[in-house]
Amino acid sequence: MAAPREQPPRSTPGDSVVTGSFALRSTLIGYVLVVQEFTTLCGQAVAGLVRPPWYVRETLYQIDRIGVGSVFIVVLTGMFTGMVLALQGAVQLQPYGATMYVSRLISTSVVLELGPVLAALMIAGRVGSGIASEIASMKVTEQIDALRAEGTDPIQKLATTRLVACVLMIPVLTIITNGIAIFGGWLIARLSLGIDSYFYWTWAFEAIEQRDIVLGLVKPAVFGFIIAMVGCYAGFQTKGGTVGVGRSTTQSMVSSSILILATDFLLTKLFMAFP
Amino acid sequence: MIALSGVWLALGERPVLRDVSFDVQAGQTKVILGNSGSGKTTILRVILGLNRPDRGSIRVDGQEITELDERHLIRVRQNMAMVFQGSALFDSLTVHENVGYRLWEHGRLPDEAIEQTVRESLQFVGLADCVDKMPAELSGGMRKRVGIARALASGAKILLYDEPTGGLDPINACMINRLITKLRTKGITQVVVTHDLDTAYRVADRIVMIQRGRVIFDGTPDRLKQSDDPAIRGFIEPGSLTTDWEAFAKAPNPVD
Repeated sequence: MAAPREQPPRSTPGDSVVTGSFALRSTLIGYVLVVQEFTTLCGQAVAGLVRPPWYVRETLYQIDRIGVGSVFIVVLTGMFTGMVLALQGAVQLQPYGATMYVSRLISTSVVLELGPVLAALMIAGRVGSGIASEIASMKVTEQIDALRAEGTDPIQKLATTRLVACVLMIPVLTIITNGIAIFGGWLIARLSLGIDSYFYWTWAFEAIEQRDIVLGLVKPAVFGFIIAMVGCYAGFQTKGGTVGVGRSTTQSMVSSSILILATDFLLTKLFMAFP
Repeated sequence: MIALSGVWLALGERPVLRDVSFDVQAGQTKVILGNSGSGKTTILRVILGLNRPDRGSIRVDGQEITELDERHLIRVRQNMAMVFQGSALFDSLTVHENVGYRLWEHGRLPDEAIEQTVRESLQFVGLADCVDKMPAELSGGMRKRVGIARALASGAKILLYDEPTGGLDPINACMINRLITKLRTKGITQVVVTHDLDTAYRVADRIVMIQRGRVIFDGTPDRLKQSDDPAIRGFIEPGSLTTDWEAFAKAPNPVD
């Protein structure tokens, strides 16, 4: 007679609840750790601003690479945004006979929202992912360790310099985007809608208030901080060879885009709270 | 010069170093020998302060480094230089800039003196004509030699090598061995991690053998050759009957 087969212990609904709660706990702890590490990295990068050595040459190189290198894409972004706004705005304003005020619509929406956000998203794609992949490659090829071995603080050398470059240059790039967008709107207004140039530019500038300009410059500076630090964080956290480099690059792009959109909402809300 | 005492380290859940103790005298070339995954590279990393041990003491030039924070470690590292397994040359810099990196970084010498040191270091490794090349333009052996030149130019008293001959053809490997031997005669303290017995016998004053994170031998190359320990015999004569291949196959995954 065959011996009775030993039955595996049956799992009860209580087991799955316990397993689920452990999984949830470890996921939550994982998120908390990410926030903690990210905040620490930001603190160390900012602290690098106030203690020597100051990598002036490296910072200028990054300003050139991040700032000057991104002019072309922000010009294209601004031009097409302004032109589309003019076309769509005219369609909406025409029933009220207010087509000539299309420049008000373009200038306010560009200066307050579209200019900073679209420029930041484009730069996050070009610069943020570039920062992440560069640092990630350095990580997997032991160059970060080599920097430490050579007596260099890699955060100060790599993160602080990129942070300065992004925070300084993204507002400048946003101003370019805004200017080109309003110019693109003017091209459509003049050539397609037949709006007088004098009216266009007068209403465009009258619509913008001083606080709009302040908000339009604060936002890109904050977005610059996000793009630089998310890119650096993704790069420094890279594990797993070339696959890890790809993962970090994607992670940087996705995370910074979401953070830019969320921060845009929060800053807008904050500014509205203090009229 | 370097003294490790009772060093333990786990990476995640996996123990990598278990009660590692040995010392390296000034001017000595010590080879850390062991198979892949035995924890050799991790020993170099803890000496350099790139990894912090869980327990134990590491003294470099008389100074305990396990308690130091990163900023103080940077000062300690100025007396050390490491030749990484993959060379770890900075991609965006020329050979010339790589070799002089530390000197420019710390700015303690005038430019002319730095240029002179860089030239001499590259001459020492036989790459004086590669000054303006980028790392991507160099072969594996040349990259290793530039790594040695970089370590040498730094003026460090302690040089650490991680698999200096790994992946190189016999001629390049021989050239690297000769460079390490040449530096030994200059009185520089060297720690060489390798699994290459030829390199170990050629360059070592003393050999430490590591197996699964533990020191199983510390002595001269001659004593290693005469050892009856089955683990050592199995390593230095892998084709012999003493090698327990079944046990080797069941060994835990590498953790180097």
